[in-house]
Amino acid sequence: MSQSDRTAEELLKGLWKENPTFVQVLGMCPALAVTNSAVNAIVMGLATLFVLVASSGLVSMLRHFIPKQVRISTYIVIIATFVSVADLVLQATLPVVHKELGAFIPLIVVNCLILGRQEAFAAKNTVKLAIADAIGMGLGFTFALTLLGVVREILGSGSLFGMALFGPNYEPWVVMILPPGGFIMLGLILLVFSWVKQRRQARQARQADPAPKVGVA
Amino acid sequence: MTANLLGIFIGSLLVNNFVLSYFLGLCPFFGVSGKLQTAFRLGMASTFVMVVTSLCASLLNTYVLPYAPYLRLISFILVIASTVQFVEMAIKKLSPALFKALGIFLPLITTNCAILGLALFQTSRGYNLIQGLVFATGAGLGFTLALVLMAGIREESELADQPAVVRGTAMTLIAAGLLSLAFMGFAGLFGGEA
Repeated sequence: MSQSDRTAEELLKGLWKENPTFVQVLGMCPALAVTNSAVNAIVMGLATLFVLVASSGLVSMLRHFIPKQVRISTYIVIIATFVSVADLVLQATLPVVHKELGAFIPLIVVNCLILGRQEAFAAKNTVKLAIADAIGMGLGFTFALTLLGVVREILGSGSLFGMALFGPNYEPWVVMILPPGGFIMLGLILLVFSWVKQRRQARQARQADPAPKVGVA
Repeated sequence: MTANLLGIFIGSLLVNNFVLSYFLGLCPFFGVSGKLQTAFRLGMASTFVMVVTSLCASLLNTYVLPYAPYLRLISFILVIASTVQFVEMAIKKLSPALFKALGIFLPLITTNCAILGLALFQTSRGYNLIQGLVFATGAGLGFTLALVLMAGIREESELADQPAVVRGTAMTLIAAGLLSLAFMGFAGLFGGEA
């Protein structure tokens, strides 16, 4: 496989096939905590994307210099540095959103998705591949957060990006923007994912074994 | 003063339970809640780390961070990492059996967002040393409570006859949602410190 194919593949796998939230179920805390509105979800996703790309690049660059015994602490310090940058930049540019996200911007440090990619990918691959992987995973994470945020905001406050959708007679389904709604909505989305996966497996099994089966759900 | 401390304690234990209403510490909440015994022990170890972190964070907030506010995040995470390292050594020395039972989840307490979250909340709400310690104890016990309840639910639901498609994470998430719904009933208890 040529180099550019490999890069594209690493970039694409995070979006769907190995989506960090829906498939690997990593980085759940921010995925549930800040997705009560679409704007918060997108900002959080992009902040995570920035931290992930920057730290993956740096870790990959330094991968021959970091001693094995202290690698986890080194990664954490690198990640914490970029999170501090993101935190201060957001505070300066988008003070309202920054206030709403509150402690969850600094908490990107302990997002297991980021540390996981450093350990599993960036520490073993070239800078180019590590950055491609980080962009893919970051975009996949942003996509998942946005989906959750949009669905929860529409159901829970009857609006999208702060604009009312249904007019004054809509009675908002408030529980969706409260904590239980986050758990339940992510549960339902994962349910759809596993249903699709099961159907695909069943179809492949049928193709492999052409004898018609009756009554298989 | 006492009422205030009680408010902080009940607030962090029940009303604003870290796991079920702040979504902190979800990784161990889903990862370790398979067995009741392990869930309880991990909860207690995390509670200890939280109390020590809270103490260190109070000291850092008083003596160091006023001079270098941009070091907040890095110094907190270093404190947590070294506390976890210390707890790991202590448990290994005192109770090798427990050390084996906890396995990989012991070092993973470092990346438990509940602990860093605790240090950050304590800072942003301006708690003093005593209030911080009460807050940490309440939050730690609340974390343990959520973990133990979830482990109980999962041990029961293992035996139930579920369709294959909902088995695993989806089912656990929905159960957690219902548990969180139940915890909303505590809102307003003791004037529940927000």
